[in-house]
Amino acid sequence: MSPSSSDRGVSWTPSDRELERARARRSIHQRGVVLSTVVTVVVLAALVVGVTSAPGWDRFREFFLSWPDAKAAFPDIAKGFWINVKMFLIAEPLILLLGGLVAITRGSVSPWLTPARFLAVIYTDLFRGVPTILVVYVLALGIPTLQLQGMTTSLFWLGTIALVLSYGAYVAEVIRSGIESIHPSQVASAEALGLSRTQTMRFVVLPQGVRRVVPPLLNDFVSLQKDTALVGTVAVFESLYVAADYGNYNFNFTPFLVTAAFFVALTVPLARITDWLGRRAMERERGSR
Amino acid sequence: MSALLEVSNLRKSYGDKLVLDDVSLTVQQHDVICLIGSSGSGKSTLLRCLNLLEDIDDGVIAFNGGEISDPRIDARDVRKQIGMVFQAYNLFPHLSVLDNCTLAPRRVHGVRRPEAEARALELLERFGLADQATKHPDKLSGGQQQRAALVRALCTNPTLLLLDEITAALDPELVGDVLSIVRSEAEAGMTMVIATHEMGFAREVASSVCFLDNGRILEQGAPDQIFTAPREERTREFLRRVL
Repeated sequence: MSPSSSDRGVSWTPSDRELERARARRSIHQRGVVLSTVVTVVVLAALVVGVTSAPGWDRFREFFLSWPDAKAAFPDIAKGFWINVKMFLIAEPLILLLGGLVAITRGSVSPWLTPARFLAVIYTDLFRGVPTILVVYVLALGIPTLQLQGMTTSLFWLGTIALVLSYGAYVAEVIRSGIESIHPSQVASAEALGLSRTQTMRFVVLPQGVRRVVPPLLNDFVSLQKDTALVGTVAVFESLYVAADYGNYNFNFTPFLVTAAFFVALTVPLARITDWLGRRAMERERGSR
Repeated sequence: MSALLEVSNLRKSYGDKLVLDDVSLTVQQHDVICLIGSSGSGKSTLLRCLNLLEDIDDGVIAFNGGEISDPRIDARDVRKQIGMVFQAYNLFPHLSVLDNCTLAPRRVHGVRRPEAEARALELLERFGLADQATKHPDKLSGGQQQRAALVRALCTNPTLLLLDEITAALDPELVGDVLSIVRSEAEAGMTMVIATHEMGFAREVASSVCFLDNGRILEQGAPDQIFTAPREERTREFLRRVL
């Protein structure tokens, strides 16, 4: 009576009702596509018209959209931007490490670690409270004045350390919130398997907790990429400083927009990659539906 | 009077895997339909299809005389009238038991808070949960959580109740508490479709029992017939193993 299970899936031909429904689904979908296209075009057109019809549009073009100035400033900005990228690439893993350590320390229970917990609390409170630019000033100007033996006086390194200290505090709190969001039943089942507290943290809690806070972490890292420009305030020749320098000499601010384009070009792909990684992890765990 | 729920030739697959194959089922008002069968036979998927949590590949589901498998239909209008309880309770951990129960009445059905809370408290009281109302779900035992989930589903006065193996995660002592609620709802005339592994319970409350195997309703009949004189060999084999 019933066909064998191997040809069950293949032998199916959709019923007329199903075909009709498929048509209905398609037309609903098409209506959605048309609507989204129209809405997008209208909004973009309104924005373009709104900006270009502003009274100062011509002057704006002259000062901010000058192609020759963009071309002239480009090589120096690119060189400056490489400093931003280097700073960011060095700072980011250090921040993750510092933030992770501080977060784990705050969640530890061992009596031996009481002073470390105490330090961790003070560190996050202090560095989250102080404006990043102040940390940059204090380190870049204060450390060389101390004339410490063996301490670097490179403004690049001091600026990078300042960013690490400042962002480490933010990231620590983000990771801690991720750790605390993991349901106690997960810890219970890990401990029931005989895992130590450290192992539980390392293999069960941290992987889940960190995955949960990837979007806010990315947020902090995009923010970090931009804040590498703060180090320009202590005369490190990163891209924003270069652009400002060019503007002051040539009385044209197009390089600012060039710099902005550099930053956007760096942050947008990062955001897409993170989205993709997150989606892939989710699909692996919950199935792609 | 036409049937409350009429499923015809339902087909559902996940990729290559065919989960429901040509399933037809009629549920009259006040019916209690029990779905039995081994894990993976399609019981849960069938229930999820009924309140449109899953898209179907083919077939027609009619509820209250109208086709609800039409893509142009607003699924929320359908779900407003159907209550569902899950195996893993699925209570919202951030809300107290009372707030879990009043969420849908207040936000979906437009019932004002005092009335919604009065109704919820009345049900919680009836099912022995009055003193748990202000607690959060994680503070409750499994049996209490599942009873709370049942109350949550009943608070919206559904015309059809779908129960998806609601006692599967409970220890035997607590199963009774939960099933007694279901029993009293059945006696009060609630229409229900129940996926269950509790054969004794199915035999007692069901007006009709469906044996699902490999995505098909292999056999449907009155509980006495299914449990004493099943027609299909596969049904006999299944019952021999579980009884």
